Amino acid sequence: MSRRFTPKVVTANDLRAGDVIYLTADGRWSRQHHEAELLEDEAIADLRLLMALGHGDRVVGAYLADAKPGPNGPEPVHFREAFRTRGPSNYAHGKQEAAANV
Amino acid sequence: MYNYSDFDEAFVRARVAQFRGQVERRLDGSLSEEEFRPLRLMNGLYLQLHAYMLRVAIPYGTLRSDQMRQLAMIADRWDKGYGHFTTRQNIQFNWPKLTDVPDILGALADVQMHAIQTSGNCIRNVTADHFAGAAADEVADPRPVAELIRQWSTDHAEFQFLPRKFKIAITGAAADRAVIRAHDIGLQIVREGDQIGYRVLVGGGLGRTPLIGQVIRAFLPKADLLPYLEAIVATYNLLGRRDNKYKARIKITVFENGIEAFRAATEAEFARIRPEFTGVDQDILAGIEAQFAPPAFRNTDPAPFAAALAVDPLLRAWAERSLAPHKRDNHAIVTVSLKAHGATPGDATSDQMRVLADLADRYGYGELRISHEQNVILPHVAKADLPNVHAELLRAGLATANVGLLSDIIACPGMDYCALATARSIPVAQGLATHFKAIGLEDEIGKLKIKISGCINACGHHHVGHIGILGLDRAGVENYQITLGGDGSEQAAIGERAGPGFAYDEVIPAIERLLRAYLALRQSRGESFIDAYRRLGPAPFKAALYPQEARDAA
Repeated sequence: MSRRFTPKVVTANDLRAGDVIYLTADGRWSRQHHEAELLEDEAIADLRLLMALGHGDRVVGAYLADAKPGPNGPEPVHFREAFRTRGPSNYAHGKQEAAANV
Repeated sequence: MYNYSDFDEAFVRARVAQFRGQVERRLDGSLSEEEFRPLRLMNGLYLQLHAYMLRVAIPYGTLRSDQMRQLAMIADRWDKGYGHFTTRQNIQFNWPKLTDVPDILGALADVQMHAIQTSGNCIRNVTADHFAGAAADEVADPRPVAELIRQWSTDHAEFQFLPRKFKIAITGAAADRAVIRAHDIGLQIVREGDQIGYRVLVGGGLGRTPLIGQVIRAFLPKADLLPYLEAIVATYNLLGRRDNKYKARIKITVFENGIEAFRAATEAEFARIRPEFTGVDQDILAGIEAQFAPPAFRNTDPAPFAAALAVDPLLRAWAERSLAPHKRDNHAIVTVSLKAHGATPGDATSDQMRVLADLADRYGYGELRISHEQNVILPHVAKADLPNVHAELLRAGLATANVGLLSDIIACPGMDYCALATARSIPVAQGLATHFKAIGLEDEIGKLKIKISGCINACGHHHVGHIGILGLDRAGVENYQITLGGDGSEQAAIGERAGPGFAYDEVIPAIERLLRAYLALRQSRGESFIDAYRRLGPAPFKAALYPQEARDAA
């Protein structure tokens, strides 16, 4: 029996700013995890990653990260990816800072 | 202190210009990330979890006040108003933009600083005793020879692609404040008769295979240092494993070949290359030594300090923790804690950096040091000035009297910043410090070194903590292993794992059980945790950590 595929999102860092970013269904890079495209098919996930790796002029370090569906869009599964959606826990820097300024 | 020669200046400026071009080519697509990555790493630029990180060397932990002010300026202009001092006497900026890094490197070059060889498989920043040049117990100031090693190792053609990174630490005193036994090469300046030389250790290191360095030469004459270092690194370059990243450090090379075989190979290489060193290096060293001449110490009467101590309990508590003996009776070495309870270990805001630079100018001959324990040192303060220094530190929130105590914790950035981390370190350190302050046990517990790493690479030196904490990822959940009995001093020892790991919210209660057991077991207030551990062995401490298991066994 084949192993069940864990859904994924494509994530990377912005080449210039270094910010954590996610690939959306319409091929944009968003700073919001919930805007990412949830990839539930392994073959499509691999294709989307290949496409992301072609964006080397804008992004760096693209990879597939486990994700799960949530009420507002994909949510991270692993705590490392959860930290990446927010920023560090010792200061309200990173995305939490941006969120506070909205 | 050392001032760049025209050669140094031109070299560093050329590197900045090269890197500016490399960034431009990366941005316009002429360089792929695969091509660019080794270039940025050579200049200290990492990609971390949330952003880039720039690691800047503070060679042998020595900073001038103008350099500290420039670090503050960089933090304000291009980062988020702070910097993080590391266990290898570097400062890390956690939020630089790639497009700004060439300008940052230019601003560093303006004050004779750089980020060269702070990453990659080369000889990294040479670290030294943070009390160097000031300590009462020192045979000689290790910084001139550390500077010589910096010049020798920078862009050394033979050593740019070693099997793995390579770290050298040096101390001029028998008391080891530079953790030389946990470095690839550890050097201790020693005196034999009227001759100065070096005790040379090799093959120490922490990480996934912690090993204490072994003596390869008990006494190396001063003039033989560079050829001997070159022989060691050349031997490692040849014998070191490149097939397995985890077996590539020199500690594994020495361990697998045995110290005798490694020494024989080194000595043979040394004999071969020694004649090529005609004394030019010693001429250069003499020039460097002249630049490290001690400042013109002021001859002030220390009596006002003694008088202030008698009437000011805050000053007394701070002085007891923060001062170390200076080689001049009327001076002291001041350690400024960057570990206010609840603060991030090693972080300094730009305002704090400026306060420290100003204090250095007013009371400390313009000199500062950064310790591997992530504090800042004013190495030369006249005792008469200590009440003023303390008052100004108090005003700046920098007078925490906890140096050497439980809350003076080493912690790596962990998963709050680091791409390699498997768990967080910083909040564990913050939580321990605030908890033990709240329950009022810190002073009662006394001297204690807690060291926390957020992954097996051990940047937080957990193996040599009296209590070490290692954060791991166990099936997608943060889990913390506790080691006991480690020591980073001249009595170096690797801590022993106490047992199964603890969940994130179980760590602080576990440490409290452990330390309450220590308080109950110690013979007197004078017996520190590590002394009690050595006397009693691990059993009673393990029983405190794992009460359920202890009950089950009973």
